[in-house]
Amino acid sequence: MERREFLRNGLVLGAGGLLVLGPGGWAARAASTGPGNSPRLIVIFLRGAVDGLNVVVPHGDSVYYELRPNIAVPASQVLDLDGHFALSPALSALMPLWRDRTLAFVEACGSPDPTRSHFDAQDYMETGTPGVKTTSTGWMNRVLAELPAPHSPTQALNLGPTPPRILSGPQPVANLATGRAAAQPIALDRPLVNSSFARMYEGRDPLSAAFQEGVAARRRLLAELQQDMTVAAGGAPLPNQGFTQDATRLGQLMRRDPTIRLAFLALSGWDTHVNQGAASGQLANHLRPLGQGLITLIGAMGPAYRESVIVVISEFGRTVHENGNGGTDHGHANVMWVMGGPVRGGKVYGSWPGLGAEQLYQGRDLAVTTDFRAPLCSILGTHLKLSQDALGRVFPDYRGRGVQLLSA
Amino acid sequence: MSAEAVHVLNRLAFGPAPGDLARVQRLSIDGYIRQQLHPHTIPIPQAFSERVRSWPTLTMTPVELFMQYGPRRAPGAPKDPAAMKAARQRARVIVQEGVQARLYRAIEGPRQLQEVMTDFWFNHFNVFSGKGLDYLWTVAYEQEAIRPYTMGRFRDLLGATAKHPAMLFFLDNWLNTGVGTPGARGHFDGLNENYAREVMELHTLGVNGGYTQHDVTELARIFTGWGLAKPGAHFARRARPLGGRFFRPFFPAPIAPPAFEAVSPTGFFFDASRHDFGDKQFLGRTIRGRGIGEGEEALDILAHHPATARHLSFQLAQFFVADEPPPALVARLADSYQHSDGNIGAVLAALFASREFRDPACYGAKFKTPYQYVVSAVRALGIDPRNTRPLAGTLFLLGMPLYGCPTPDGYKNTQEAWLNPDGLMRRLSFATALGTGHLRLEQAPGWNDPELKLAMADSRPAPAPAMAAPDRDELARTLGNRFSHSTAQAVFAAPAQLQSALILGSPEFMRR
Repeated sequence: MERREFLRNGLVLGAGGLLVLGPGGWAARAASTGPGNSPRLIVIFLRGAVDGLNVVVPHGDSVYYELRPNIAVPASQVLDLDGHFALSPALSALMPLWRDRTLAFVEACGSPDPTRSHFDAQDYMETGTPGVKTTSTGWMNRVLAELPAPHSPTQALNLGPTPPRILSGPQPVANLATGRAAAQPIALDRPLVNSSFARMYEGRDPLSAAFQEGVAARRRLLAELQQDMTVAAGGAPLPNQGFTQDATRLGQLMRRDPTIRLAFLALSGWDTHVNQGAASGQLANHLRPLGQGLITLIGAMGPAYRESVIVVISEFGRTVHENGNGGTDHGHANVMWVMGGPVRGGKVYGSWPGLGAEQLYQGRDLAVTTDFRAPLCSILGTHLKLSQDALGRVFPDYRGRGVQLLSA
Repeated sequence: MSAEAVHVLNRLAFGPAPGDLARVQRLSIDGYIRQQLHPHTIPIPQAFSERVRSWPTLTMTPVELFMQYGPRRAPGAPKDPAAMKAARQRARVIVQEGVQARLYRAIEGPRQLQEVMTDFWFNHFNVFSGKGLDYLWTVAYEQEAIRPYTMGRFRDLLGATAKHPAMLFFLDNWLNTGVGTPGARGHFDGLNENYAREVMELHTLGVNGGYTQHDVTELARIFTGWGLAKPGAHFARRARPLGGRFFRPFFPAPIAPPAFEAVSPTGFFFDASRHDFGDKQFLGRTIRGRGIGEGEEALDILAHHPATARHLSFQLAQFFVADEPPPALVARLADSYQHSDGNIGAVLAALFASREFRDPACYGAKFKTPYQYVVSAVRALGIDPRNTRPLAGTLFLLGMPLYGCPTPDGYKNTQEAWLNPDGLMRRLSFATALGTGHLRLEQAPGWNDPELKLAMADSRPAPAPAMAAPDRDELARTLGNRFSHSTAQAVFAAPAQLQSALILGSPEFMRR
């Protein structure tokens, strides 16, 4: 696509950013696979601010190469997407999704809040209320409250030892340990131990609630996991390497248990202030297993992928200029990755603000042209079937919703 | 008295160990607080010192650690991945000994407040042993930059962390280089604002402390040239011996004055050839360009700033009083910070004497972090932790590995951060293993024992009890025998061999 055409389409379709989910398409595809009436959403958070300009490379923009003499991904090595944007070769695993049109990107996407603090920016993206520090619940927990009953103890799954802000709130959320520990028995699985503690935690206080949710979720997940290991994996051992292992487990759980509606996991190590590399190097070495892990996840999900949307977000982007140490510092807009059966992929959405000196935010960063909540509203509305009122409760002070959604 | 004694032991110490309640009652509450605020008045048993001395890497300087365990190869020699992997493997002893020492001191150390404050400040100035060369230096950082300053002047603590190789490396300040300076080359080719931002956001002013992006950039300029010395034999001809070893800056700087005297055993080195000597505008003041003194001046400004007084007071009150600390208390603590020239001990004394801290409504109001939970449980049983591996493994599973927090903000200490279903399941499983005598804590560690590796991985109980199940009544007495009716009922209803486990897993013991 010509850049001009891209811009025009971006502006016409976008009006501040959108992601087109085709309900027609998704219904058609879902129908072909049987009942499947449990849309899911997986959010993967890249903590530390991934350098989006080296993920989806604006190789059609010569300024990109001028401002990044040492760390630009060479045009000769990128994987072209639409003539103007291209994918980092470290993410080549994702190209089949792009060709299959189940992978899309939203460019220049981010938070309207100007903070360059990792912690504030992550908080804002997880509470869904940029600039407001007093929000006590995460937007994914608020989504749970809007989903139709029945609610299951495993309706939302967090991978990792501690629940993130994005899932915190009154709705129960199950935690699944990462790595080997997830499926291993613990003392509390023994009936006598369990019943003895159950007597102690039978009240309605926060500790008792956590105990009761923990027992219910553990019972359910452990049964699934043990079955997975023997049956679904076909006897093959789980790959034993970080994200891929967790992705396999998450995918298998989601395939088997349709009551899991939301899942979240965070990956760290993206804060590349130093020596980040280009087509290869530090950042590429982080992106490669991420791309492969996503493919593993999708493979393990099997048919459930057709009714799932996977979103990859990060708190902000990084400086357009490289810094003095072959790295990049904290910036502003980033690129959002969206994949899944219902996604109208094979397309880079959003409007590209450009990298010229006049176009940069505060003279140094990619400007935000799409609020991160715009594509999320589109996904929550079209895919999870949240009403406008419900969206208003999930993102209480966001007014940009509604106009972007296409129901093809 | 007993309730208040339990309270101060829960907050100034990692909970009561056998005999502690009687000790506090003998000293009086105020006497105990006074003693803990002056750790040097508390004698250290000889056996304790000997144990701490038994971990040789604990007292090595960063330079020595690099020499002995670092990734060294002769200049010009090709990379040898196998040799590098072996070196890295060998270096694991540093963090292992650090973990053992940290847990041993927290559990057995008589200067409990010192141990509590070490945990507090380490988190405040967090560095991550998993980032680059910090596997060599994170433990030394605790010994050299945190422990000596936990109750002294905040400015000393700030300065020690700013100059320690672990922090210089963790937040990339060692690479931060003035644009166009004579020493700018290779990867040292310009500003890196990582440390400049975090030192204001996290260590001093707080995120709402009133600084701008311009202040971040100017502070980064001020810190240009703050870096690391690197030992290297092939530069011996340029270097002067110091402490029997040779040093050079990480890259030789031809125009720099021969500043090797500036190299300290910690490995800090100010490289004037990479410093931006221009004047800077920082927080509304002009900092005259003159070298390393600019950074010291900036740290002075930050340490004395009212926003820093407020930020630190909030953090201390949140840690010692309540997740949402009373604003009036925070304001009073900020005053005492300002009036004492930023003396941490003075702020703590004000805190411990405050109405808010002494209020019985505050007793048990804090949910323990995994670290506080694990340490307090072993203390309550009076176990000498010769083998800390199951404890370190439990901390890993609970999401709080020692020296393992990857982000500069450190671990939180609020209930919101740590109370969750899976975490509670795992705490109770740990309580069960420990309270039934199934954790092998009293056997000296053999690092490669496969059974211990398992215990490390998931704190699974050993097949047969490794020691006698702790006595229920003795445990209850140690803890002041203060349990709710429902807890007591659940304990009595359980089989005898589970009763101590139930006490350790009770809601009362989850809180401090």
